[in-house]
Amino acid sequence: MSEQAINKGGHLQSLVQDWSDDKQAFHVPWGKLMMWIFLVSDTFIFSCFLVGYMSVRTTTTDPWPYPSEVFALTLFGQNIPLILIAIMTFILITSSGTMALAVRYSHFRDKKKIALFMAITALFGASFVGMQAFEWTKLISEGVRPWTNPFGAPQFGSVFFMVTGFHGLHVSIGVIYLLVVAGKILRGDYDRKNNYDIVEITGLYWHFVDLVWVFIFAFFYLW
Amino acid sequence: MSNQSIHAPSSASDANTTAPTDSTSQHPIGVYLKVWILLFVLSTLSYLVDYFDFQGYVRWSLIIIFMLLKAGFIIAIFMHVMWERMALIATILGPPTVLLVLIGLMSTEGSYIFGRRVEYLGQPMEAERIHVSDVHSAEGEEAEH
Repeated sequence: MSEQAINKGGHLQSLVQDWSDDKQAFHVPWGKLMMWIFLVSDTFIFSCFLVGYMSVRTTTTDPWPYPSEVFALTLFGQNIPLILIAIMTFILITSSGTMALAVRYSHFRDKKKIALFMAITALFGASFVGMQAFEWTKLISEGVRPWTNPFGAPQFGSVFFMVTGFHGLHVSIGVIYLLVVAGKILRGDYDRKNNYDIVEITGLYWHFVDLVWVFIFAFFYLW
Repeated sequence: MSNQSIHAPSSASDANTTAPTDSTSQHPIGVYLKVWILLFVLSTLSYLVDYFDFQGYVRWSLIIIFMLLKAGFIIAIFMHVMWERMALIATILGPPTVLLVLIGLMSTEGSYIFGRRVEYLGQPMEAERIHVSDVHSAEGEEAEH
Protein backbone atom coordinates (compact mmCIF):
# COMPACT_ATOMS: atom_id res chain seq x y z
CA MET A 1 0.00 0.00 0.00
CA SER A 2 1.32 3.41 -0.90
CA GLU A 3 1.66 6.26 1.54
CA GLN A 4 -0.81 8.32 -0.42
CA ALA A 5 -3.54 5.74 0.10
CA ILE A 6 -2.66 5.51 3.80
CA ASN A 7 -3.00 9.21 4.39
CA LYS A 8 -6.23 9.92 2.55
CA GLY A 9 -9.19 11.49 4.35
CA GLY A 10 -9.68 12.99 7.80
CA HIS A 11 -9.43 11.69 11.34
CA LEU A 12 -12.46 9.39 11.33
CA GLN A 13 -11.63 7.92 7.95
CA SER A 14 -8.03 7.31 8.98
CA LEU A 15 -9.27 5.47 12.07
CA VAL A 16 -11.53 3.19 10.02
CA GLN A 17 -8.80 2.68 7.46
CA ASP A 18 -6.14 1.77 10.02
CA TRP A 19 -8.32 -0.81 11.72
CA SER A 20 -9.72 -2.36 8.57
CA ASP A 21 -6.78 -2.57 6.21
CA ASP A 22 -5.63 -5.92 7.60
CA LYS A 23 -2.16 -4.56 8.27
CA GLN A 24 -0.28 -2.46 10.78
CA ALA A 25 -2.85 -0.33 12.66
CA PHE A 26 -0.50 2.16 14.31
CA HIS A 27 1.82 4.08 12.03
CA VAL A 28 4.35 4.94 14.72
CA PRO A 29 7.62 3.28 15.72
CA TRP A 30 7.08 0.06 17.64
CA GLY A 31 8.88 1.30 20.76
CA LYS A 32 6.78 4.43 20.93
CA LEU A 33 3.56 2.43 20.76
CA MET A 34 4.76 0.13 23.52
CA MET A 35 5.62 3.13 25.69
CA TRP A 36 2.11 4.49 25.14
CA ILE A 37 0.57 1.14 26.10
CA PHE A 38 2.66 1.17 29.27
CA LEU A 39 1.66 4.75 30.07
CA VAL A 40 -2.03 3.96 29.61
CA SER A 41 -1.70 1.07 32.07
CA ASP A 42 0.24 3.32 34.46
CA THR A 43 -2.62 5.81 34.19
CA PHE A 44 -4.87 3.15 35.67
CA ILE A 45 -2.49 2.52 38.57
CA PHE A 46 -2.33 6.20 39.52
CA SER A 47 -6.07 6.53 38.99
CA CYS A 48 -6.64 3.68 41.45
CA PHE A 49 -4.54 5.53 44.03
CA LEU A 50 -6.34 8.81 43.49
CA VAL A 51 -9.80 7.22 43.46
CA GLY A 52 -8.84 5.35 46.65
CA TYR A 53 -7.81 8.69 48.13
CA MET A 54 -11.15 10.20 47.11
CA SER A 55 -12.95 7.27 48.76
CA VAL A 56 -11.19 7.54 52.13
CA ARG A 57 -11.48 11.30 52.11
CA THR A 58 -15.22 11.33 51.44
CA THR A 59 -16.00 8.53 53.89
CA THR A 60 -13.94 9.67 56.86
CA THR A 61 -15.65 11.71 59.56
CA ASP A 62 -12.28 12.71 61.04
CA PRO A 63 -11.12 16.22 60.17
CA TRP A 64 -8.80 16.30 57.14
CA PRO A 65 -5.51 18.15 57.81
CA TYR A 66 -4.93 21.48 56.04
CA PRO A 67 -2.39 20.56 53.33
CA SER A 68 -1.33 24.17 52.82
CA GLU A 69 -0.36 24.40 56.51
CA VAL A 70 1.23 20.95 56.70
CA PHE A 71 3.44 21.74 53.69
CA ALA A 72 4.22 25.32 54.69
CA LEU A 73 7.80 26.41 55.19
CA THR A 74 9.27 29.26 57.17
CA LEU A 75 11.41 31.25 54.75
CA PHE A 76 13.08 34.54 55.69
CA GLY A 77 11.12 34.60 58.93
CA GLN A 78 7.81 34.28 57.12
CA ASN A 79 5.46 31.31 57.11
CA ILE A 80 4.59 30.69 53.44
CA PRO A 81 1.85 28.12 52.77
CA LEU A 82 2.54 25.17 50.47
CA ILE A 83 5.71 26.81 49.16
CA LEU A 84 7.79 23.63 48.95
CA ILE A 85 5.18 21.94 46.77
CA ALA A 86 4.94 25.01 44.55
CA ILE A 87 8.71 24.98 44.00
CA MET A 88 8.61 21.23 43.24
CA THR A 89 5.83 21.86 40.70
CA PHE A 90 7.85 24.55 38.93
CA ILE A 91 10.93 22.32 38.87
CA LEU A 92 8.99 19.49 37.27
CA ILE A 93 7.44 21.78 34.64
CA THR A 94 10.86 23.20 33.83
CA SER A 95 12.23 19.69 33.42
CA SER A 96 9.37 18.92 31.03
CA GLY A 97 10.37 21.95 28.98
CA THR A 98 14.02 20.91 28.78
CA MET A 99 12.91 17.40 27.80
CA ALA A 100 10.78 18.82 24.99
CA LEU A 101 13.90 20.64 23.74
CA ALA A 102 15.90 17.40 23.85
CA VAL A 103 13.20 15.70 21.75
CA ARG A 104 13.30 18.59 19.32
CA TYR A 105 17.07 18.35 18.90
CA SER A 106 16.72 14.60 18.33
CA HIS A 107 15.11 15.41 14.97
CA PHE A 108 18.34 17.13 13.93
CA ARG A 109 20.46 14.37 15.54
CA ASP A 110 22.43 16.99 17.43
CA LYS A 111 24.03 14.54 19.85
CA LYS A 112 25.65 17.02 22.23
CA LYS A 113 22.52 19.13 22.62
CA ILE A 114 20.26 16.07 23.09
CA ALA A 115 22.55 14.70 25.80
CA LEU A 116 22.93 18.12 27.41
CA PHE A 117 19.19 18.75 27.66
CA MET A 118 18.51 15.20 28.85
CA ALA A 119 21.16 15.65 31.55
CA ILE A 120 19.59 18.97 32.61
CA THR A 121 16.20 17.23 32.75
CA ALA A 122 17.69 14.47 34.90
CA LEU A 123 19.25 17.08 37.18
CA PHE A 124 15.87 18.79 37.71
CA GLY A 125 14.33 15.36 38.33
CA ALA A 126 16.97 14.52 40.91
CA SER A 127 16.43 17.83 42.72
CA PHE A 128 12.69 17.09 42.73
CA VAL A 129 13.34 13.74 44.42
CA GLY A 130 15.70 15.47 46.85
CA MET A 131 13.01 17.95 47.86
CA GLN A 132 10.55 15.10 48.24
CA ALA A 133 13.01 13.36 50.57
CA PHE A 134 13.22 16.61 52.56
CA GLU A 135 9.42 16.78 52.71
CA TRP A 136 9.15 13.16 53.88
CA THR A 137 11.80 13.75 56.55
CA LYS A 138 10.00 16.87 57.80
CA LEU A 139 6.63 15.13 58.01
CA ILE A 140 8.05 12.00 59.63
CA SER A 141 9.81 14.11 62.27
CA GLU A 142 6.49 15.83 62.99
CA GLY A 143 4.90 12.46 63.70
CA VAL A 144 3.13 11.74 60.41
CA ARG A 145 2.87 7.98 59.86
CA PRO A 146 0.86 5.86 57.42
CA TRP A 147 -1.51 5.00 60.27
CA THR A 148 -1.61 8.24 62.28
CA ASN A 149 -0.72 11.92 62.32
CA PRO A 150 -1.19 14.82 64.73
CA PHE A 151 -3.07 17.02 62.26
CA GLY A 152 -6.28 15.04 61.76
CA ALA A 153 -7.55 12.05 59.80
CA PRO A 154 -5.08 9.12 59.86
CA GLN A 155 -5.84 8.42 56.18
CA PHE A 156 -3.87 11.56 55.32
CA GLY A 157 -0.58 9.83 56.13
CA SER A 158 -1.29 6.63 54.22
CA VAL A 159 -2.42 8.53 51.12
CA PHE A 160 0.55 10.89 51.33
CA PHE A 161 3.22 8.18 51.59
CA MET A 162 1.54 5.94 49.03
CA VAL A 163 0.86 8.51 46.32
CA THR A 164 3.96 10.70 46.62
CA GLY A 165 6.11 7.64 47.19
CA PHE A 166 4.89 5.97 44.03
CA HIS A 167 5.28 9.18 42.06
CA GLY A 168 8.77 9.75 43.50
CA LEU A 169 9.69 6.22 42.45
CA HIS A 170 8.61 7.07 38.92
CA VAL A 171 10.73 10.22 38.94
CA SER A 172 13.75 8.31 40.27
CA ILE A 173 13.41 5.63 37.58
CA GLY A 174 12.99 8.42 35.03
CA VAL A 175 16.25 10.06 36.13
CA ILE A 176 18.13 6.77 35.68
CA TYR A 177 16.41 6.16 32.34
CA LEU A 178 17.34 9.65 31.10
CA LEU A 179 20.97 9.33 32.13
CA VAL A 180 21.34 5.88 30.55
CA VAL A 181 19.87 7.08 27.25
CA ALA A 182 21.93 10.29 27.28
CA GLY A 183 25.08 8.21 27.80
CA LYS A 184 24.20 5.89 24.93
CA ILE A 185 23.57 8.89 22.69
CA LEU A 186 27.02 10.33 23.38
CA ARG A 187 28.54 6.91 22.74
CA GLY A 188 26.90 6.88 19.31
CA ASP A 189 24.74 3.77 19.81
CA TYR A 190 21.82 5.31 17.95
CA ASP A 191 23.96 6.43 15.01
CA ARG A 192 24.81 2.79 14.41
CA LYS A 193 21.10 1.92 14.48
CA ASN A 194 20.36 5.11 12.51
CA ASN A 195 17.35 5.63 14.77
CA TYR A 196 16.78 8.34 17.38
CA ASP A 197 13.19 7.39 18.34
CA ILE A 198 14.39 6.55 21.84
CA VAL A 199 14.63 10.26 22.74
CA GLU A 200 10.96 10.82 21.99
CA ILE A 201 10.03 7.61 23.84
CA THR A 202 11.98 8.68 26.92
CA GLY A 203 10.34 12.08 26.59
CA LEU A 204 6.88 10.50 26.67
CA TYR A 205 7.70 8.80 29.96
CA TRP A 206 9.07 12.01 31.46
CA HIS A 207 6.09 14.13 30.40
CA PHE A 208 3.81 11.47 31.86
CA VAL A 209 5.53 11.82 35.24
CA ASP A 210 4.88 15.58 35.04
CA LEU A 211 1.28 14.90 34.01
CA VAL A 212 0.66 12.69 37.03
CA TRP A 213 2.06 15.42 39.28
CA VAL A 214 -0.49 17.88 37.87
CA PHE A 215 -3.27 15.65 39.21
CA ILE A 216 -1.57 14.94 42.55
CA PHE A 217 -0.92 18.68 43.02
CA ALA A 218 -4.56 19.54 42.34
CA PHE A 219 -6.28 16.77 44.26
CA PHE A 220 -3.97 16.09 47.18
CA TYR A 221 -2.16 19.36 47.86
CA LEU A 222 -4.70 21.98 46.82
CA TRP A 223 -7.99 20.24 47.63
CA MET B 1 3.33 6.64 -5.69
CA SER B 2 6.21 6.34 -3.29
CA ASN B 3 8.25 3.21 -2.88
CA GLN B 4 9.19 4.16 0.66
CA SER B 5 7.94 1.72 3.24
CA ILE B 6 5.42 3.01 5.78
CA HIS B 7 7.65 1.44 8.39
CA ALA B 8 10.40 3.91 7.61
CA PRO B 9 12.10 4.68 10.92
CA SER B 10 12.94 8.27 10.14
CA SER B 11 10.24 10.86 10.67
CA ALA B 12 11.74 12.79 7.77
CA SER B 13 9.79 10.54 5.41
CA ASP B 14 6.55 11.95 6.78
CA ALA B 15 7.27 15.38 5.43
CA ASN B 16 5.37 14.88 2.17
CA THR B 17 2.17 13.46 3.62
CA THR B 18 -1.13 15.28 3.90
CA ALA B 19 -3.27 13.58 6.55
CA PRO B 20 -2.50 13.87 10.28
CA THR B 21 0.73 12.00 10.88
CA ASP B 22 3.66 12.31 13.19
CA SER B 23 5.41 15.40 11.88
CA THR B 24 7.14 16.63 14.99
CA SER B 25 10.21 17.84 13.16
CA GLN B 26 8.17 20.57 11.53
CA HIS B 27 6.95 22.72 14.37
CA PRO B 28 9.14 25.53 15.54
CA ILE B 29 10.75 25.78 18.94
CA GLY B 30 8.35 28.63 19.76
CA VAL B 31 5.44 26.23 20.32
CA TYR B 32 7.29 24.51 23.15
CA LEU B 33 8.40 27.75 24.74
CA LYS B 34 4.88 29.20 24.66
CA VAL B 35 3.38 26.07 26.23
CA TRP B 36 6.16 26.04 28.79
CA ILE B 37 5.41 29.63 29.82
CA LEU B 38 1.69 28.85 29.84
CA LEU B 39 2.25 25.92 32.20
CA PHE B 40 4.21 28.21 34.52
CA VAL B 41 1.42 30.77 34.51
CA LEU B 42 -1.25 28.12 35.15
CA SER B 43 0.75 26.60 38.01
CA THR B 44 1.25 30.02 39.54
CA LEU B 45 -2.47 30.71 39.28
CA SER B 46 -3.38 27.43 40.94
CA TYR B 47 -0.85 28.14 43.70
CA LEU B 48 -2.40 31.58 44.19
CA VAL B 49 -5.81 29.93 44.65
CA ASP B 50 -4.32 28.37 47.78
CA TYR B 51 -2.24 31.40 48.77
CA PHE B 52 -5.23 33.75 48.77
CA ASP B 53 -7.26 31.02 50.45
CA PHE B 54 -10.27 30.88 48.12
CA GLN B 55 -12.87 28.49 49.49
CA GLY B 56 -16.00 26.67 48.36
CA TYR B 57 -17.09 26.31 44.76
CA VAL B 58 -14.73 29.05 43.53
CA ARG B 59 -11.77 27.06 44.83
CA TRP B 60 -12.83 23.70 43.42
CA SER B 61 -13.77 25.03 40.00
CA LEU B 62 -10.56 27.08 39.66
CA ILE B 63 -8.40 24.12 40.71
CA ILE B 64 -10.15 21.79 38.27
CA ILE B 65 -10.00 24.26 35.37
CA PHE B 66 -6.28 24.97 35.83
CA MET B 67 -5.56 21.24 36.26
CA LEU B 68 -7.40 20.25 33.09
CA LEU B 69 -5.75 23.04 31.08
CA LYS B 70 -2.29 21.99 32.26
CA ALA B 71 -2.97 18.30 31.62
CA GLY B 72 -4.39 19.11 28.20
CA PHE B 73 -1.37 21.13 27.12
CA ILE B 74 1.09 18.52 28.36
CA ILE B 75 -0.72 15.72 26.55
CA ALA B 76 -1.46 17.64 23.34
CA ILE B 77 1.82 19.51 22.82
CA PHE B 78 4.60 18.00 24.92
CA MET B 79 3.47 14.42 24.32
CA HIS B 80 2.63 15.23 20.66
CA VAL B 81 -0.82 13.63 20.83
CA MET B 82 -2.21 16.53 18.80
CA TRP B 83 -0.11 15.46 15.83
CA GLU B 84 -0.81 11.70 16.04
CA ARG B 85 -3.20 9.71 13.89
CA MET B 86 -6.71 9.02 15.19
CA ALA B 87 -6.05 5.29 15.74
CA LEU B 88 -3.37 6.09 18.30
CA ILE B 89 -5.26 8.98 19.89
CA ALA B 90 -8.31 6.74 20.42
CA THR B 91 -6.13 4.02 21.98
CA ILE B 92 -4.50 6.50 24.37
CA LEU B 93 -7.51 8.57 25.42
CA GLY B 94 -10.31 6.02 25.04
CA PRO B 95 -9.65 3.51 27.85
CA PRO B 96 -8.96 6.12 30.58
CA THR B 97 -12.38 7.73 30.00
CA VAL B 98 -13.91 4.55 31.47
CA LEU B 99 -12.36 5.70 34.75
CA LEU B 100 -15.11 8.32 34.94
CA VAL B 101 -17.51 5.49 35.73
CA LEU B 102 -15.29 4.34 38.61
CA ILE B 103 -15.00 7.90 39.92
CA GLY B 104 -18.78 8.34 39.74
CA LEU B 105 -19.47 5.03 41.51
CA MET B 106 -16.93 5.63 44.25
CA SER B 107 -18.05 9.18 44.98
CA THR B 108 -21.72 8.22 45.39
CA GLU B 109 -20.69 5.19 47.45
CA GLY B 110 -18.36 7.38 49.53
CA SER B 111 -21.01 9.93 50.41
CA TYR B 112 -23.43 7.08 51.22
CA ILE B 113 -20.96 5.52 53.68
CA PHE B 114 -20.27 8.94 55.19
CA GLY B 115 -24.00 9.43 55.73
CA ARG B 116 -24.34 6.02 57.43
CA ARG B 117 -21.43 6.79 59.75
CA VAL B 118 -23.06 10.03 60.82
CA GLU B 119 -26.53 8.52 61.12
CA TYR B 120 -25.81 5.18 62.85
CA LEU B 121 -22.44 5.61 64.51
CA GLY B 122 -23.07 9.12 65.75
CA GLN B 123 -19.88 10.43 64.21
CA PRO B 124 -19.67 14.19 63.64
CA MET B 125 -21.05 15.64 60.41
CA GLU B 126 -18.46 18.38 60.38
CA ALA B 127 -15.45 17.73 62.57
CA GLU B 128 -13.44 20.81 63.39
CA ARG B 129 -10.23 20.87 61.37
CA ILE B 130 -6.94 21.13 63.24
CA HIS B 131 -4.55 23.98 62.51
CA VAL B 132 -0.89 22.98 62.34
CA SER B 133 0.12 25.97 64.47
CA ASP B 134 -2.15 24.74 67.29
CA VAL B 135 -0.48 21.32 67.23
CA HIS B 136 2.97 22.88 67.36
CA SER B 137 2.11 25.25 70.21
CA ALA B 138 0.54 22.37 72.18
CA GLU B 139 3.74 20.38 71.70
CA GLY B 140 5.74 23.40 72.88
CA GLU B 141 3.69 23.60 76.08
CA GLU B 142 4.11 19.89 76.72
CA ALA B 143 7.85 20.22 76.37
CA GLU B 144 7.90 23.02 78.95
CA HIS B 145 6.19 20.90 81.63
